Amino acid sequence: MYKVVTKRFLNDAKTICLFEIEAPLIARHARAGQFVIFRLDEQGERVPVSVAGYDREKGTVTVMVQAAGRTTKMLHTVEEGDVISDIVGPLGKATEMEGLKKVCVVGGGVGCAIAYPIAKEMHEAGIEVTFIGGFRSADIVILKEELKAVSDKLIICTDDGTYGEKGFTTVYLKNCIEDNIKEGKPQFDRVVAIGPDIMMKFLADVTRPYNISTIISLDPIMVDGTGMCGCCRVIVDGETKFACVDGPDFDAHKVDFDSLIKRAAFYKDEQDAAAAHICRMTGGKRNG
Amino acid sequence: MANTKVNMSLTKNPMPEQDPVVRTGNFDEVALGYTAEMAMSEAARCLDCKNSPCRSGCPVSVKIPRFLEKVREGDFDAAYDIITSTNSLPAVCGRVCPQEKQCESKCVRGIKGESVGIGRLERFVADYHMNKADKPTVEAPASNGHRVAVIGSGPAGLTCAGDLRKLGYDVTIYEAFHKSGGVLVYGIPQFRLPKEIVAQEIDNLQKLGVKIVNNAIIGKSITVDELFEDGYEAVFIGSGAGLPQFLHIPGENLMGVYSANELLTRTNLMKAYRDDYDTPIKHFHNVAVVGAGNVAMDAARVAKRLGAEHVYITYRRGKDELPARKEEVEHAEAEGIEFKLLNNPCAIRGDENGNVCGIELIRQELGEPDEKGRRKPVPVEGSNWVLDVDTVIIAIGTSPNPLIRSTTANLETTKKGGIQADEGGRTSREGVFAGGDAVTGSATVILAMGAGKAAAQSIDEYIKSKA
Ligand SMILES: Cc1cc2nc3c(=O)[nH]c(=O)nc-3n(C[C@H](O)[C@H](O)[C@H](O)COP(=O)(O)OP(=O)(O)OC[C@H]3O[C@@H](n4cnc5c(N)ncnc54)[C@H](O)[C@@H]3O)c2cc1C
Ligand SMILES: Cc1cc2nc3c(=O)[nH]c(=O)nc-3n(C[C@H](O)[C@H](O)[C@H](O)COP(=O)(O)OP(=O)(O)OC[C@H]3O[C@@H](n4cnc5c(N)ncnc54)[C@H](O)[C@@H]3O)c2cc1C
Ligand code: SF4
Ligand code: SF4
Ligand code: FES
Repeated sequence: MYKVVTKRFLNDAKTICLFEIEAPLIARHARAGQFVIFRLDEQGERVPVSVAGYDREKGTVTVMVQAAGRTTKMLHTVEEGDVISDIVGPLGKATEMEGLKKVCVVGGGVGCAIAYPIAKEMHEAGIEVTFIGGFRSADIVILKEELKAVSDKLIICTDDGTYGEKGFTTVYLKNCIEDNIKEGKPQFDRVVAIGPDIMMKFLADVTRPYNISTIISLDPIMVDGTGMCGCCRVIVDGETKFACVDGPDFDAHKVDFDSLIKRAAFYKDEQDAAAAHICRMTGGKRNG
Repeated sequence: MANTKVNMSLTKNPMPEQDPVVRTGNFDEVALGYTAEMAMSEAARCLDCKNSPCRSGCPVSVKIPRFLEKVREGDFDAAYDIITSTNSLPAVCGRVCPQEKQCESKCVRGIKGESVGIGRLERFVADYHMNKADKPTVEAPASNGHRVAVIGSGPAGLTCAGDLRKLGYDVTIYEAFHKSGGVLVYGIPQFRLPKEIVAQEIDNLQKLGVKIVNNAIIGKSITVDELFEDGYEAVFIGSGAGLPQFLHIPGENLMGVYSANELLTRTNLMKAYRDDYDTPIKHFHNVAVVGAGNVAMDAARVAKRLGAEHVYITYRRGKDELPARKEEVEHAEAEGIEFKLLNNPCAIRGDENGNVCGIELIRQELGEPDEKGRRKPVPVEGSNWVLDVDTVIIAIGTSPNPLIRSTTANLETTKKGGIQADEGGRTSREGVFAGGDAVTGSATVILAMGAGKAAAQSIDEYIKSKA
């Protein structure tokens, strides 16, 4: 059993929530870019979420989770002091940042929660960070202060223009790249993009002509997270890779997005049915 | 009441089973087990041969004629003590050992007629003991102050941990999954090995004082080096062979292609077949399983129980070459699994949405025997055909997971990716021992247990030699 020590919603719409959980075995080695898998209770699914922070002394790990379907909605009903039955990790490889000088980190929606610890670790390592965060609208924007603190330049944009700039992250990424050229500044030596598959696909198209190395963090459906089931396989450069052990970070210019997007929707019908069945009696909590 | 007459029946007492039509609609155990009368009558078929050849077929040398004698006499408690003096998981082995290749293959009664049903009797004795109300309480032996870490809670790790604990060691098992038991819980289905049995065996070990830490991945959460830093004097690696192999044919990443591991983990460990669990599983109609070992039979029978109308086993060799246990093949046939033998897949076909809509097979002929004496399949030119399916399950084998070897310095591995270890489980690194599937690649429960046992002995010698 693992105790939730802090719980805090990160936006007005309460779509994304932060949980700090006691898990000394994970806190010992966790790094930005890695993930954990949690399970709420005996009947629960195993759900992967990124490491959003850790406290090696306190032995805690922080995750920021969007209510996407059944399990994540149920997680949002867990309160401080409650316990969840399992959490395991850290899994996957940490984001590589050695030797980098100037990076543009792009997050889309909940992807900003995953991108934040990466930007933070880069900032702490003395790397110049430009952060572009995209959201649908103002009420779901997260981590405004935190992102400001870790980036040399911060652009937040919303699809409807209700907060920050108006428009998609792709536009602002292209602007930043062009500005570097026009102003004779060094170009980004890396772009790190995390968000919906479709956003990452278009961001990869933006950086391709400039030949800027682009890394994306993939989130295919997973079961064990240790390379045992092959459920998370993705095609990169024509080769089959297991995202949980070979990734989750991959070269955006080599990922086969079409097969990725199809595989992610595989359990859609089952998931929609499950989500529709929550909370008649207990609001999602199974044991009371 | 002792019955001293030998029962000369040429055939085994038949095993009571759930009706095939009924059982494909549930996940309850197929084989129901002998009654006491059947067990005593079956045990009476043993001739008590002078040098008991059956024992040489058992990797842990169960004292077979001795325990059979006690069963025949109706003294099941004594039989249990005899079995467990060399085999710590009899309820499991009695159910899943490939007996026809092991103990029973050497049984003298098998020369003319059927061998004695050793596995069934082992199961009977173990179940009898488990169902007894007044079991003697297990006493945890006092600690000798030495600590040993065991990686993995499959049969190899459990056996090693149990043996060391009995010798007084302080043993902690680190297990990656949220449940303990290895393949016994995530691989072998409920209808063949009820999970309650595995849970009881693990409970017994914990009563003995073995500690189990779940959700701990060695190589990620903690490294082998850190285990030594944390004060463990020896480490046993029993991490199994969980890495699934794929065919590398076109279409393998279409939706509806599973590894057997994924299907089995979703259904066994995470109980996708039960409404009260959240695990999603596809409702498929026609399923092709590629491969014909125990894993393939399990995957096929699981698919049937999940509601598939047609389940096919595709295999490139013939019936005589089927690698699965005979009993599993018979059970699969009785449950309506359709065998497409001498057929090798060359591509998986998909529809415009990326869903599987068929598997393309090439017919095979058996050619000359290879080095191992197995006849090699040769494709028949131009004989390609397509089997209509919406799901393909790949069950062509697994290999050891690279996680531990890639995070542990100075650990030599074999060409196939297994950890190099001698017959006592000693690896190339001092204080590190290994056994089971992690060393051999996928094998059997009883061999993994044998390896765990041998390693426990080596670890005891090693720690004593340092003291
Ligand atoms: C490596 C990794 C890191 C992740 N990090 C985070 C994180 O930090 N914060 C966060 O909120 N989410 C993260 N996710 C996504 C998260 O795992 C899914 O949102 C979650 O599995 C949904 O579970 P559910 O039961 O609530 O919803 P479900 O009922 O399972 O699904 C609801 C919807 O989410 C989609 N979905 C299902 N699984 C995934 C998946 N793995 N990725 C994307 N969409 C999915 C379904 O198609 C469906 O539309 C991560 C996923 C991976 C693989
Ligand atoms: C579907 C199926 C059916 C089978 N049927 C039979 C049968 O009928 N009869 C038979 O004799 N054999 C059968 N086998 C084979 C048999 O189950 C295996 O040979 C046996 O379980 C091997 O035991 P093990 O202890 O070496 O490994 P496993 O049982 O594989 O256990 C290894 C354990 O280690 C854990 N682990 C792995 N890596 C790490 C890590 N880094 N850190 C912590 N923990 C880790 C795993 O999660 C797992 O729990 C079958 C196998 C399968 C898959
Ligand atoms: S452990 Fe297996 S091989 Fe040995 S006697 Fe029992 S069933 Fe036979
Ligand atoms: S070989 Fe068969 S008949 Fe002989 S002792 Fe063993 S079990 Fe009995
Ligand atoms: S999640 Fe099972 S192999 Fe990656």
